[in-house]
Amino acid sequence: MARPKPEPVQVIKKRRDAALRQLVGAVPYIGFLGVTFERRGDELTGILAYDEKNIGNPLLPALHGGVTGAFLEITAITELAWSMIWERIESGGEEAERLEAGGMVSLPRTIDFTVDYLRSGLPRDAYARARITRSGRRYASVQVEGWQDNRDKPFIQATGHFMMPRFDRG
Amino acid sequence: MSTFDLEKRIELARGFIGALPHAQALGMEFVSMALAEAVLRVPYHPQLVGDPETGVMHGGVITTLLDTCCGTAVMLHPTNALVTATMDLRIDYMRAASPGLAVSARAECYHTTRNVGFVRATAFEAEDESAVVATASGAFIIDRATEGAA
Repeated sequence: MARPKPEPVQVIKKRRDAALRQLVGAVPYIGFLGVTFERRGDELTGILAYDEKNIGNPLLPALHGGVTGAFLEITAITELAWSMIWERIESGGEEAERLEAGGMVSLPRTIDFTVDYLRSGLPRDAYARARITRSGRRYASVQVEGWQDNRDKPFIQATGHFMMPRFDRG
Repeated sequence: MSTFDLEKRIELARGFIGALPHAQALGMEFVSMALAEAVLRVPYHPQLVGDPETGVMHGGVITTLLDTCCGTAVMLHPTNALVTATMDLRIDYMRAASPGLAVSARAECYHTTRNVGFVRATAFEAEDESAVVATASGAFIIDRATEGAA
């Protein structure tokens, strides 16, 4: 049996990038903090661009712990939502078409979130990646790590549980 | 020995939090301050929405509110911290805050050791402390002035 000819790479990239842009762009608070995402295949990296308004203590100065904690929560939720979107887009069909036409998925809801502040956040860009350690039908567990200049020296880490939206709600 | 003057401390805490750029960006307000206790509030704003489907504020806003409120409670504890930094903060979400309503937080620093302040806090809707949105507990590192200094 002959394999169907794969789609051109630009078509695939465009579709995936558009889906990610739509997911991130739909959440006002992500834009408020200035968080963006970079994609390599299905892997996401959150970027918190430095902004004076995200400073907590102006004397140090350091990023507000609430902002860096929020950054990790955003990264965790986006990772979860992205994993749902990815699966649906890649498997094709009506649901993929709906998403491509600008349809949204319901977002996972935070049940609990524990943040571990390892170092103070320096006044420059920060990065974060999340790993889904359990992905169940009802809830998911996610670990997130944030770093700045040095990938091997995270300045913040977090773990959280999230209630997954029901598939039939979209 | 340094002495603890609550009125002065409250004034200091107000000045300090009023100067936090991110607290300003959120429009964070003081509600009340007392011994080892603080109540702060963030008004609802469409920019802070985390779920476009429901219009509910993002959990990150509540994290920032709780973190700031807990840190303030440590500063208002008679242990006389000079500076405090969050070491660990756990937040449990009871339910989503109603869209359109402010979220407030009350934090209490219930114990301190030489280097650590332990805090618990509750986030609730507007002025209704029975409408609990989230609870939190945290540990804060306490920095003190050099021994013997005022």
